[in-house]
Amino acid sequence: MSSESSDQVLDYPLRAPSALEPPAEWAQLRQGCPVAHIRLPSGDKAVLLTRYNDVRQVLSDPRFSRNLAQDGAARITTNEGGSVFENPEAASLAGGESHQRWRRLINRAFTVKRIQALQTKIEAMANQLVDAMVKKGPPADLVSEFAFPLPVWVIADLLGIAVDDRDKLAYWSNAMLTMTQFTQEEVNRAQMEFAQYFMGHIAAKRANPGDDLLSELITATDKEDVLTERELLMTGQGILVAGHETTSNMIGKMMSMLLADRSRWEQLLANPSLIRTAVEESLRFDANMGFGLPRFISEDTEVAGQPLPRGTTVVCSMSSANRDESFFEGAGEMKLDRAPNAHITFGAGPHSCLGQALARTELQTTLQVLLKRLPTLELAVKPEELPRREGLLVGGIEKVLVRW
Amino acid sequence: MGMRVLVEYEKCCGAGQCVMVAPKVFDQRDDGIVVLLDETPPPEQYKAVQEAVTVCPGAALRLEESA
Ligand code: HEM
Ligand code: SF4
Repeated sequence: MSSESSDQVLDYPLRAPSALEPPAEWAQLRQGCPVAHIRLPSGDKAVLLTRYNDVRQVLSDPRFSRNLAQDGAARITTNEGGSVFENPEAASLAGGESHQRWRRLINRAFTVKRIQALQTKIEAMANQLVDAMVKKGPPADLVSEFAFPLPVWVIADLLGIAVDDRDKLAYWSNAMLTMTQFTQEEVNRAQMEFAQYFMGHIAAKRANPGDDLLSELITATDKEDVLTERELLMTGQGILVAGHETTSNMIGKMMSMLLADRSRWEQLLANPSLIRTAVEESLRFDANMGFGLPRFISEDTEVAGQPLPRGTTVVCSMSSANRDESFFEGAGEMKLDRAPNAHITFGAGPHSCLGQALARTELQTTLQVLLKRLPTLELAVKPEELPRREGLLVGGIEKVLVRW
Repeated sequence: MGMRVLVEYEKCCGAGQCVMVAPKVFDQRDDGIVVLLDETPPPEQYKAVQEAVTVCPGAALRLEESA
Protein backbone atom coordinates (compact mmCIF):
# COMPACT_ATOMS: atom_id res chain seq x y z
CA MET A 1 0.00 0.00 0.00
CA SER A 2 1.75 3.19 1.05
CA SER A 3 5.50 3.52 1.15
CA GLU A 4 7.53 1.36 3.52
CA SER A 5 8.72 3.24 6.53
CA SER A 6 9.23 2.52 10.15
CA ASP A 7 7.58 5.84 11.05
CA GLN A 8 4.96 5.80 13.69
CA VAL A 9 1.46 5.01 12.39
CA LEU A 10 -1.33 7.20 13.80
CA ASP A 11 -4.85 5.94 14.34
CA TYR A 12 -7.22 8.04 12.27
CA PRO A 13 -9.44 10.02 12.77
CA LEU A 14 -7.49 11.89 15.44
CA ARG A 15 -9.28 12.86 18.62
CA ALA A 16 -9.76 16.58 19.40
CA PRO A 17 -10.05 17.86 22.98
CA SER A 18 -13.51 19.40 22.36
CA ALA A 19 -16.01 20.22 19.62
CA LEU A 20 -14.39 23.56 18.76
CA GLU A 21 -10.71 22.78 19.29
CA PRO A 22 -8.24 21.15 16.90
CA PRO A 23 -6.42 17.89 17.71
CA ALA A 24 -2.99 18.67 19.19
CA GLU A 25 -1.28 16.54 16.53
CA TRP A 26 -2.04 18.88 13.61
CA ALA A 27 0.49 21.55 14.46
CA GLN A 28 3.18 18.90 15.09
CA LEU A 29 2.42 17.12 11.84
CA ARG A 30 2.50 20.33 9.82
CA GLN A 31 5.84 21.11 11.42
CA GLY A 32 7.59 17.79 11.33
CA CYS A 33 5.63 15.20 9.39
CA PRO A 34 3.62 16.67 6.50
CA VAL A 35 3.13 13.22 4.93
CA ALA A 36 2.05 11.06 7.88
CA HIS A 37 1.19 7.39 7.97
CA ILE A 38 -2.23 6.61 9.39
CA ARG A 39 -4.41 3.60 10.09
CA LEU A 40 -8.10 3.92 9.15
CA PRO A 41 -10.95 2.38 11.17
CA SER A 42 -10.97 -0.53 8.69
CA GLY A 43 -7.34 -1.29 9.61
CA ASP A 44 -6.14 -0.25 6.13
CA LYS A 45 -3.24 2.16 5.87
CA ALA A 46 -3.26 5.58 4.28
CA VAL A 47 -1.33 8.83 4.27
CA LEU A 48 -2.45 12.09 5.90
CA LEU A 49 -1.68 15.54 4.50
CA THR A 50 -1.94 18.50 6.89
CA ARG A 51 -0.22 21.45 5.17
CA TYR A 52 -2.14 24.00 3.09
CA ASN A 53 -0.05 23.79 -0.07
CA ASP A 54 0.07 19.99 -0.07
CA VAL A 55 -3.68 19.62 0.49
CA ARG A 56 -4.39 22.14 -2.22
CA GLN A 57 -1.99 20.46 -4.65
CA VAL A 58 -3.56 17.02 -4.31
CA LEU A 59 -7.18 18.22 -4.33
CA SER A 60 -6.59 20.34 -7.44
CA ASP A 61 -4.97 17.50 -9.36
CA PRO A 62 -7.55 16.29 -11.88
CA ARG A 63 -5.85 12.86 -12.07
CA PHE A 64 -6.91 11.89 -8.57
CA SER A 65 -10.49 11.18 -7.55
CA ARG A 66 -12.32 10.51 -4.35
CA ASN A 67 -13.64 7.24 -5.70
CA LEU A 68 -12.24 4.53 -3.44
CA ALA A 69 -14.15 1.75 -5.19
CA GLN A 70 -10.94 0.81 -7.01
CA ASP A 71 -8.51 -2.07 -6.68
CA GLY A 72 -5.91 -1.38 -4.05
CA ALA A 73 -7.66 1.62 -2.49
CA ALA A 74 -7.93 1.68 1.28
CA ARG A 75 -11.33 1.04 2.81
CA ILE A 76 -12.45 3.56 5.37
CA THR A 77 -14.63 1.26 7.45
CA THR A 78 -15.52 -2.39 7.38
CA ASN A 79 -19.23 -1.55 7.19
CA GLU A 80 -21.26 -3.72 4.89
CA GLY A 81 -22.31 -0.93 2.56
CA GLY A 82 -19.06 0.99 2.82
CA SER A 83 -18.99 4.77 2.96
CA VAL A 84 -20.24 7.22 0.36
CA PHE A 85 -16.72 7.18 -1.06
CA GLU A 86 -16.86 3.50 -1.91
CA ASN A 87 -20.13 3.52 -3.83
CA PRO A 88 -19.33 2.21 -7.32
CA GLU A 89 -22.50 3.70 -8.71
CA ALA A 90 -21.43 7.18 -7.78
CA ALA A 91 -18.14 6.45 -9.53
CA SER A 92 -19.29 7.61 -12.95
CA LEU A 93 -19.88 10.99 -11.38
CA ALA A 94 -16.63 10.99 -9.44
CA GLY A 95 -14.08 11.73 -12.13
CA GLY A 96 -13.13 12.18 -15.74
CA GLU A 97 -15.16 13.42 -18.66
CA SER A 98 -18.55 12.13 -17.55
CA HIS A 99 -17.98 14.06 -14.35
CA GLN A 100 -17.24 17.26 -16.28
CA ARG A 101 -20.38 16.85 -18.39
CA TRP A 102 -22.49 16.21 -15.33
CA ARG A 103 -20.99 19.13 -13.45
CA ARG A 104 -21.66 21.60 -16.28
CA LEU A 105 -25.29 20.54 -16.34
CA ILE A 106 -25.89 20.74 -12.60
CA ASN A 107 -23.98 23.96 -12.29
CA ARG A 108 -26.85 25.73 -14.03
CA ALA A 109 -28.75 25.63 -10.78
CA PHE A 110 -25.84 26.87 -8.71
CA THR A 111 -24.57 29.97 -10.44
CA VAL A 112 -24.36 33.02 -8.22
CA LYS A 113 -27.18 34.68 -10.16
CA ARG A 114 -29.53 31.74 -9.62
CA ILE A 115 -28.63 31.50 -5.95
CA GLN A 116 -29.11 35.20 -5.36
CA ALA A 117 -32.58 34.89 -6.83
CA LEU A 118 -33.23 32.21 -4.23
CA GLN A 119 -32.06 34.38 -1.35
CA THR A 120 -35.46 35.95 -0.53
CA LYS A 121 -36.97 32.48 -0.26
CA ILE A 122 -34.17 31.30 2.02
CA GLU A 123 -34.70 34.37 4.21
CA ALA A 124 -38.44 33.61 4.47
CA MET A 125 -37.68 30.02 5.45
CA ALA A 126 -35.19 31.17 8.11
CA ASN A 127 -37.74 33.63 9.49
CA GLN A 128 -40.38 30.92 9.62
CA LEU A 129 -38.05 28.71 11.67
CA VAL A 130 -37.25 31.57 14.05
CA ASP A 131 -41.00 32.30 14.42
CA ALA A 132 -41.47 28.75 15.69
CA MET A 133 -38.53 29.06 18.10
CA VAL A 134 -39.84 32.34 19.48
CA LYS A 135 -43.34 30.96 19.88
CA LYS A 136 -42.04 28.02 21.88
CA GLY A 137 -39.69 30.23 23.89
CA PRO A 138 -36.12 29.69 25.12
CA PRO A 139 -34.11 27.59 25.51
CA ALA A 140 -33.99 26.17 22.00
CA ASP A 141 -31.77 23.68 20.22
CA LEU A 142 -30.40 25.62 17.30
CA VAL A 143 -29.49 22.38 15.53
CA SER A 144 -32.81 20.53 15.47
CA GLU A 145 -34.98 23.65 15.33
CA PHE A 146 -33.05 25.65 12.74
CA ALA A 147 -29.85 24.21 11.29
CA PHE A 148 -31.26 20.78 10.42
CA PRO A 149 -34.42 21.86 8.56
CA LEU A 150 -33.19 24.97 6.70
CA PRO A 151 -30.82 23.33 4.16
CA VAL A 152 -33.21 20.49 3.40
CA TRP A 153 -36.07 22.94 2.81
CA VAL A 154 -33.80 24.77 0.38
CA ILE A 155 -32.88 21.55 -1.45
CA ALA A 156 -36.56 20.55 -1.61
CA ASP A 157 -37.28 23.87 -3.26
CA LEU A 158 -34.39 23.41 -5.68
CA LEU A 159 -35.67 19.98 -6.69
CA GLY A 160 -39.28 21.15 -6.96
CA ILE A 161 -40.42 18.97 -4.06
CA ALA A 162 -43.69 20.00 -2.39
CA VAL A 163 -43.60 21.63 1.06
CA ASP A 164 -45.66 18.72 2.43
CA ASP A 165 -43.00 16.22 1.43
CA ARG A 166 -39.92 17.98 2.76
CA ASP A 167 -40.00 16.35 6.20
CA LYS A 168 -39.91 12.94 4.54
CA LEU A 169 -36.94 14.16 2.55
CA ALA A 170 -35.23 15.28 5.76
CA TYR A 171 -35.70 11.85 7.31
CA TRP A 172 -34.30 9.96 4.31
CA SER A 173 -31.36 12.28 4.02
CA ASN A 174 -30.54 11.82 7.68
CA ALA A 175 -30.82 8.04 7.47
CA MET A 176 -28.76 7.77 4.28
CA LEU A 177 -25.84 9.71 5.74
CA THR A 178 -25.79 9.40 9.51
CA MET A 179 -25.04 5.72 9.45
CA THR A 180 -24.22 5.50 13.13
CA GLN A 181 -27.71 6.39 14.38
CA PHE A 182 -29.57 3.96 12.17
CA THR A 183 -29.42 0.22 11.62
CA GLN A 184 -28.26 -1.02 8.22
CA GLU A 185 -31.85 -2.10 7.62
CA GLU A 186 -33.17 1.40 8.26
CA VAL A 187 -30.51 2.85 5.97
CA ASN A 188 -31.41 0.42 3.19
CA ARG A 189 -35.11 1.12 3.63
CA ALA A 190 -34.53 4.88 3.51
CA GLN A 191 -32.51 4.48 0.34
CA MET A 192 -35.23 2.41 -1.27
CA GLU A 193 -38.05 4.70 -0.22
CA PHE A 194 -36.17 7.73 -1.43
CA ALA A 195 -35.44 6.07 -4.78
CA GLN A 196 -39.08 5.11 -5.19
CA TYR A 197 -40.30 8.56 -4.27
CA PHE A 198 -37.78 10.30 -6.47
CA MET A 199 -38.48 8.17 -9.56
CA GLY A 200 -42.15 9.07 -9.14
CA HIS A 201 -41.19 12.69 -8.71
CA ILE A 202 -39.12 12.62 -11.93
CA ALA A 203 -42.11 11.16 -13.80
CA ALA A 204 -44.39 13.87 -12.40
CA LYS A 205 -41.96 16.61 -13.41
CA ARG A 206 -41.57 15.12 -16.85
CA ALA A 207 -45.36 15.31 -17.33
CA ASN A 208 -45.60 18.70 -15.72
CA PRO A 209 -42.33 20.66 -15.62
CA GLY A 210 -41.85 23.56 -13.21
CA ASP A 211 -39.08 26.12 -12.88
CA ASP A 212 -36.89 23.96 -10.65
CA LEU A 213 -33.50 22.34 -11.30
CA LEU A 214 -34.97 18.88 -11.81
CA SER A 215 -37.38 20.05 -14.51
CA GLU A 216 -34.52 21.81 -16.22
CA LEU A 217 -32.37 18.70 -16.16
CA ILE A 218 -35.20 16.55 -17.46
CA THR A 219 -35.85 18.92 -20.33
CA ALA A 220 -32.14 19.04 -21.17
CA THR A 221 -32.03 15.26 -20.88
CA ASP A 222 -34.95 14.75 -23.21
CA LYS A 223 -33.41 17.05 -25.79
CA GLU A 224 -29.83 15.81 -25.83
CA ASP A 225 -30.18 12.50 -24.05
CA VAL A 226 -27.50 13.45 -21.59
CA LEU A 227 -28.56 12.16 -18.19
CA THR A 228 -30.13 8.74 -17.77
CA GLU A 229 -32.99 8.14 -15.34
CA ARG A 230 -30.49 6.49 -13.02
CA GLU A 231 -28.17 9.50 -13.24
CA LEU A 232 -31.04 11.86 -12.43
CA LEU A 233 -31.69 9.79 -9.33
CA MET A 234 -28.01 9.78 -8.36
CA THR A 235 -27.96 13.54 -8.87
CA GLY A 236 -30.96 14.11 -6.60
CA GLN A 237 -29.49 11.82 -3.99
CA GLY A 238 -26.05 13.37 -4.43
CA ILE A 239 -27.32 16.89 -3.87
CA LEU A 240 -29.18 15.76 -0.78
CA VAL A 241 -26.20 13.89 0.64
CA ALA A 242 -23.69 16.63 -0.27
CA GLY A 243 -25.82 19.62 0.65
CA HIS A 244 -27.91 18.78 3.69
CA GLU A 245 -25.84 17.51 6.57
CA THR A 246 -22.75 19.53 5.57
CA THR A 247 -24.67 22.79 5.70
CA SER A 248 -26.68 21.87 8.82
CA ASN A 249 -23.47 21.03 10.63
CA MET A 250 -21.78 24.18 9.46
CA ILE A 251 -24.66 26.38 10.68
CA GLY A 252 -24.39 24.70 14.10
CA LYS A 253 -20.61 25.08 14.22
CA MET A 254 -20.61 28.66 12.96
CA MET A 255 -23.15 29.73 15.57
CA SER A 256 -21.24 27.88 18.30
CA MET A 257 -17.96 29.57 17.37
CA LEU A 258 -19.55 33.01 17.23
CA LEU A 259 -21.34 32.58 20.56
CA ALA A 260 -18.56 30.70 22.39
CA ASP A 261 -16.72 34.02 22.58
CA ARG A 262 -19.65 36.40 22.67
CA SER A 263 -17.50 39.41 21.72
CA ARG A 264 -17.62 37.94 18.20
CA TRP A 265 -21.42 38.06 18.15
CA GLU A 266 -21.31 41.60 19.54
CA GLN A 267 -18.87 42.64 16.85
CA LEU A 268 -21.38 41.46 14.24
CA LEU A 269 -24.29 43.17 15.97
CA ALA A 270 -22.34 46.42 15.87
CA ASN A 271 -21.23 45.93 12.30
CA PRO A 272 -23.42 43.63 10.18
CA SER A 273 -21.36 44.44 7.09
CA LEU A 274 -18.89 41.89 8.49
CA ILE A 275 -21.34 39.06 7.79
CA ARG A 276 -19.69 37.98 4.53
CA THR A 277 -16.15 37.79 5.87
CA ALA A 278 -17.37 36.32 9.19
CA VAL A 279 -18.95 33.42 7.29
CA GLU A 280 -15.67 32.80 5.42
CA GLU A 281 -13.70 32.94 8.66
CA SER A 282 -16.11 30.49 10.30
CA LEU A 283 -15.59 28.13 7.38
CA ARG A 284 -11.82 28.46 7.78
CA PHE A 285 -11.73 28.21 11.55
CA ASP A 286 -13.94 25.14 11.82
CA ALA A 287 -11.69 22.56 13.47
CA ASN A 288 -14.35 19.89 13.44
CA MET A 289 -14.74 19.02 9.77
CA GLY A 290 -14.66 15.30 10.27
CA PHE A 291 -12.70 12.89 8.17
CA GLY A 292 -11.27 15.13 5.45
CA LEU A 293 -11.21 14.28 1.75
CA PRO A 294 -9.77 11.00 0.52
CA ARG A 295 -7.97 10.71 -2.81
CA PHE A 296 -6.75 7.62 -4.59
CA ILE A 297 -3.31 8.21 -6.10
CA SER A 298 -3.61 6.56 -9.50
CA GLU A 299 -0.17 7.59 -10.83
CA ASP A 300 3.16 8.09 -9.06
CA THR A 301 3.49 11.62 -7.77
CA GLU A 302 5.35 13.73 -5.27
CA VAL A 303 4.11 15.82 -2.36
CA ALA A 304 6.22 18.00 -0.07
CA GLY A 305 9.32 16.54 -1.72
CA GLN A 306 8.32 12.99 -0.85
CA PRO A 307 7.30 10.38 -3.40
CA LEU A 308 3.71 9.12 -3.24
CA PRO A 309 3.60 5.87 -5.14
CA ARG A 310 0.65 4.85 -7.28
CA GLY A 311 -1.90 2.95 -5.22
CA THR A 312 -1.59 5.16 -2.14
CA THR A 313 -4.75 6.39 -0.48
CA VAL A 314 -4.36 9.95 0.76
CA VAL A 315 -6.53 11.78 3.28
CA CYS A 316 -6.46 15.57 2.95
CA SER A 317 -7.23 17.42 6.17
CA MET A 318 -8.77 20.71 5.10
CA SER A 319 -9.26 21.75 8.73
CA SER A 320 -5.56 21.41 9.42
CA ALA A 321 -4.64 23.11 6.13
CA ASN A 322 -6.90 26.01 7.13
CA ARG A 323 -4.80 26.51 10.25
CA ASP A 324 -1.44 26.39 8.51
CA GLU A 325 0.58 29.26 9.98
CA SER A 326 2.78 29.43 6.91
CA PHE A 327 -0.25 30.31 4.78
CA PHE A 328 -2.63 32.24 7.08
CA GLU A 329 -1.35 35.06 9.25
CA GLY A 330 -2.48 34.48 12.83
CA ALA A 331 -3.98 31.15 11.73
CA GLY A 332 -4.94 30.22 15.28
CA GLU A 333 -7.07 33.30 15.76
CA MET A 334 -10.60 33.91 14.51
CA LYS A 335 -10.64 37.30 12.74
CA LEU A 336 -14.10 38.17 11.47
CA ASP A 337 -12.76 40.68 8.94
CA ARG A 338 -10.10 38.42 7.39
CA ALA A 339 -9.82 39.10 3.64
CA PRO A 340 -8.80 37.59 1.38
CA ASN A 341 -9.53 34.22 2.93
CA ALA A 342 -8.55 31.37 0.66
CA HIS A 343 -9.67 28.61 3.02
CA ILE A 344 -10.01 25.18 1.50
CA THR A 345 -13.19 24.03 3.26
CA PHE A 346 -14.99 23.53 -0.06
CA GLY A 347 -12.08 21.66 -1.62
CA ALA A 348 -10.27 22.91 -4.73
CA GLY A 349 -10.08 22.29 -8.43
CA PRO A 350 -12.38 20.27 -10.67
CA HIS A 351 -14.24 18.64 -7.77
CA SER A 352 -14.55 21.63 -5.50
CA CYS A 353 -17.97 22.08 -3.94
CA LEU A 354 -20.59 22.77 -6.54
CA GLY A 355 -23.00 24.10 -3.93
CA GLN A 356 -20.63 26.60 -2.36
CA ALA A 357 -22.46 29.72 -3.53
CA LEU A 358 -25.65 28.23 -2.09
CA ALA A 359 -23.95 27.18 1.16
CA ARG A 360 -22.50 30.68 1.55
CA THR A 361 -25.89 32.27 0.92
CA GLU A 362 -27.53 30.00 3.50
CA LEU A 363 -24.87 30.80 6.08
CA GLN A 364 -25.01 34.54 5.41
CA THR A 365 -28.81 34.54 5.55
CA THR A 366 -28.71 32.60 8.82
CA LEU A 367 -26.55 35.32 10.37
CA GLN A 368 -28.62 38.16 8.94
CA VAL A 369 -31.86 36.72 10.29
CA LEU A 370 -30.55 35.61 13.69
CA LEU A 371 -28.70 38.90 14.34
CA LYS A 372 -31.84 40.83 13.55
CA ARG A 373 -34.43 38.64 15.25
CA LEU A 374 -32.49 37.34 18.28
CA PRO A 375 -29.76 39.88 19.07
CA THR A 376 -29.55 38.72 22.69
CA LEU A 377 -28.77 35.15 21.65
CA GLU A 378 -26.27 33.27 23.82
CA LEU A 379 -25.13 29.71 24.43
CA ALA A 380 -27.02 27.93 27.24
CA VAL A 381 -24.11 25.50 27.77
CA LYS A 382 -20.36 25.92 28.23
CA PRO A 383 -18.54 25.79 24.88
CA GLU A 384 -16.36 22.88 26.02
CA GLU A 385 -19.51 20.92 26.82
CA LEU A 386 -21.05 21.17 23.35
CA PRO A 387 -21.77 17.54 22.44
CA ARG A 388 -19.96 16.32 19.33
CA ARG A 389 -21.61 14.26 16.62
CA GLU A 390 -20.09 10.86 16.58
CA GLY A 391 -20.61 10.21 12.86
CA LEU A 392 -17.44 9.14 11.15
CA LEU A 393 -17.26 11.22 8.00
CA VAL A 394 -18.67 14.65 8.72
CA GLY A 395 -17.91 16.42 11.97
CA GLY A 396 -20.49 18.49 13.71
CA ILE A 397 -22.24 19.32 16.95
CA GLU A 398 -25.20 17.25 18.05
CA LYS A 399 -27.05 19.95 19.91
CA VAL A 400 -26.50 23.70 20.38
CA LEU A 401 -28.67 24.88 23.27
CA VAL A 402 -29.26 28.64 23.19
CA ARG A 403 -31.36 31.23 24.98
CA TRP A 404 -32.20 34.87 24.26
CA MET B 1 0.15 51.53 -16.17
CA GLY B 2 -2.94 49.52 -15.38
CA MET B 3 -3.77 45.99 -14.45
CA ARG B 4 -5.08 43.28 -16.73
CA VAL B 5 -7.13 40.26 -15.66
CA LEU B 6 -6.19 36.92 -17.22
CA VAL B 7 -8.46 33.89 -17.20
CA GLU B 8 -7.57 30.26 -17.91
CA TYR B 9 -11.03 29.07 -18.82
CA GLU B 10 -10.21 25.35 -18.81
CA LYS B 11 -9.30 25.60 -15.13
CA CYS B 12 -12.55 27.33 -14.10
CA CYS B 13 -14.76 24.98 -12.07
CA GLY B 14 -17.70 27.34 -12.09
CA ALA B 15 -18.07 27.88 -8.38
CA GLY B 16 -18.67 31.59 -8.80
CA GLN B 17 -16.45 32.86 -6.01
CA CYS B 18 -15.17 35.61 -8.31
CA VAL B 19 -18.73 36.79 -9.01
CA MET B 20 -19.46 36.99 -5.30
CA VAL B 21 -16.32 38.96 -4.55
CA ALA B 22 -16.07 41.22 -7.62
CA PRO B 23 -19.44 41.33 -9.43
CA LYS B 24 -18.40 44.36 -11.49
CA VAL B 25 -15.57 42.44 -13.09
CA PHE B 26 -16.82 38.84 -13.29
CA ASP B 27 -20.03 37.14 -14.32
CA GLN B 28 -20.95 33.53 -15.13
CA ARG B 29 -22.41 31.79 -18.15
CA ASP B 30 -25.50 29.61 -17.67
CA ASP B 31 -23.28 26.62 -16.94
CA GLY B 32 -21.26 28.52 -14.36
CA ILE B 33 -18.07 29.17 -16.34
CA VAL B 34 -16.63 32.61 -15.70
CA VAL B 35 -17.27 35.57 -18.01
CA LEU B 36 -14.81 38.44 -17.83
CA LEU B 37 -16.80 41.69 -17.88
CA ASP B 38 -13.86 44.05 -17.65
CA GLU B 39 -10.42 42.93 -18.72
CA THR B 40 -8.77 46.13 -17.50
CA PRO B 41 -10.77 47.14 -14.43
CA PRO B 42 -10.40 50.58 -12.83
CA PRO B 43 -8.09 50.92 -9.79
CA GLU B 44 -10.96 50.97 -7.29
CA GLN B 45 -11.65 47.35 -8.34
CA TYR B 46 -8.08 46.08 -7.81
CA LYS B 47 -8.63 45.00 -4.23
CA ALA B 48 -11.76 43.00 -5.04
CA VAL B 49 -10.12 41.45 -8.12
CA GLN B 50 -7.04 40.54 -6.10
CA GLU B 51 -9.30 38.85 -3.58
CA ALA B 52 -11.06 36.93 -6.37
CA VAL B 53 -7.67 35.81 -7.73
CA THR B 54 -6.63 34.55 -4.30
CA VAL B 55 -9.82 32.66 -3.47
CA CYS B 56 -10.64 31.18 -6.90
CA PRO B 57 -10.87 27.43 -6.22
CA GLY B 58 -9.73 26.59 -9.74
CA ALA B 59 -6.69 28.91 -9.64
CA ALA B 60 -8.04 30.11 -12.98
CA LEU B 61 -7.48 33.86 -12.50
CA ARG B 62 -4.42 36.10 -12.62
CA LEU B 63 -3.84 39.82 -12.36
CA GLU B 64 -0.97 41.25 -14.38
CA GLU B 65 0.46 44.67 -14.93
CA SER B 66 -0.34 45.86 -18.40
CA ALA B 67 1.82 48.29 -20.29
C1 HEM C 1 -21.02 24.39 4.38
C2 HEM C 1 -21.54 23.47 3.61
C3 HEM C 1 -20.75 22.63 2.63
C4 HEM C 1 -19.47 22.16 2.71
C5 HEM C 1 -18.45 22.36 3.83
C6 HEM C 1 -19.22 21.42 1.48
C7 HEM C 1 -18.01 20.81 1.16
C8 HEM C 1 -17.75 20.15 -0.01
C9 HEM C 1 -16.45 19.62 -0.40
C10 HEM C 1 -15.19 19.70 0.44
C11 HEM C 1 -16.58 19.06 -1.62
C12 HEM C 1 -15.47 18.43 -2.47
C13 HEM C 1 -15.48 16.94 -2.45
C14 HEM C 1 -14.24 16.38 -3.14
O1 HEM C 1 -13.36 17.14 -3.58
O2 HEM C 1 -14.13 15.16 -3.21
C15 HEM C 1 -17.97 19.21 -2.02
C16 HEM C 1 -18.50 18.73 -3.21
C17 HEM C 1 -19.82 18.90 -3.57
N1 HEM C 1 -20.78 19.64 -2.91
FE1 HEM C 1 -20.53 20.63 -1.17
N2 HEM C 1 -20.34 21.44 0.70
C18 HEM C 1 -21.30 22.18 1.36
C19 HEM C 1 -22.58 22.46 0.91
C20 HEM C 1 -23.11 22.02 -0.29
C21 HEM C 1 -24.44 22.34 -0.77
C22 HEM C 1 -25.43 23.25 -0.07
C23 HEM C 1 -24.62 21.65 -1.94
C24 HEM C 1 -25.81 21.59 -2.86
C25 HEM C 1 -27.04 21.71 -2.52
C26 HEM C 1 -23.37 20.94 -2.21
C27 HEM C 1 -23.16 20.16 -3.32
C28 HEM C 1 -21.96 19.56 -3.62
C29 HEM C 1 -21.77 18.70 -4.79
C30 HEM C 1 -22.82 18.34 -5.83
C31 HEM C 1 -20.42 18.30 -4.76
C32 HEM C 1 -19.71 17.38 -5.77
C33 HEM C 1 -18.99 18.21 -6.79
C34 HEM C 1 -18.21 17.39 -7.78
O3 HEM C 1 -17.96 16.21 -7.54
O4 HEM C 1 -17.85 17.95 -8.82
N3 HEM C 1 -22.50 21.19 -1.19
N4 HEM C 1 -18.66 19.89 -1.03
S1 SF4 D 1 -13.87 31.80 -8.90
FE1 SF4 D 1 -12.50 30.82 -10.37
S2 SF4 D 1 -13.37 28.80 -10.66
FE2 SF4 D 1 -14.95 30.03 -9.71
S3 SF4 D 1 -16.16 30.85 -11.41
FE3 SF4 D 1 -14.61 32.35 -10.93
S4 SF4 D 1 -12.94 31.84 -12.28
FE4 SF4 D 1 -14.26 30.07 -12.27
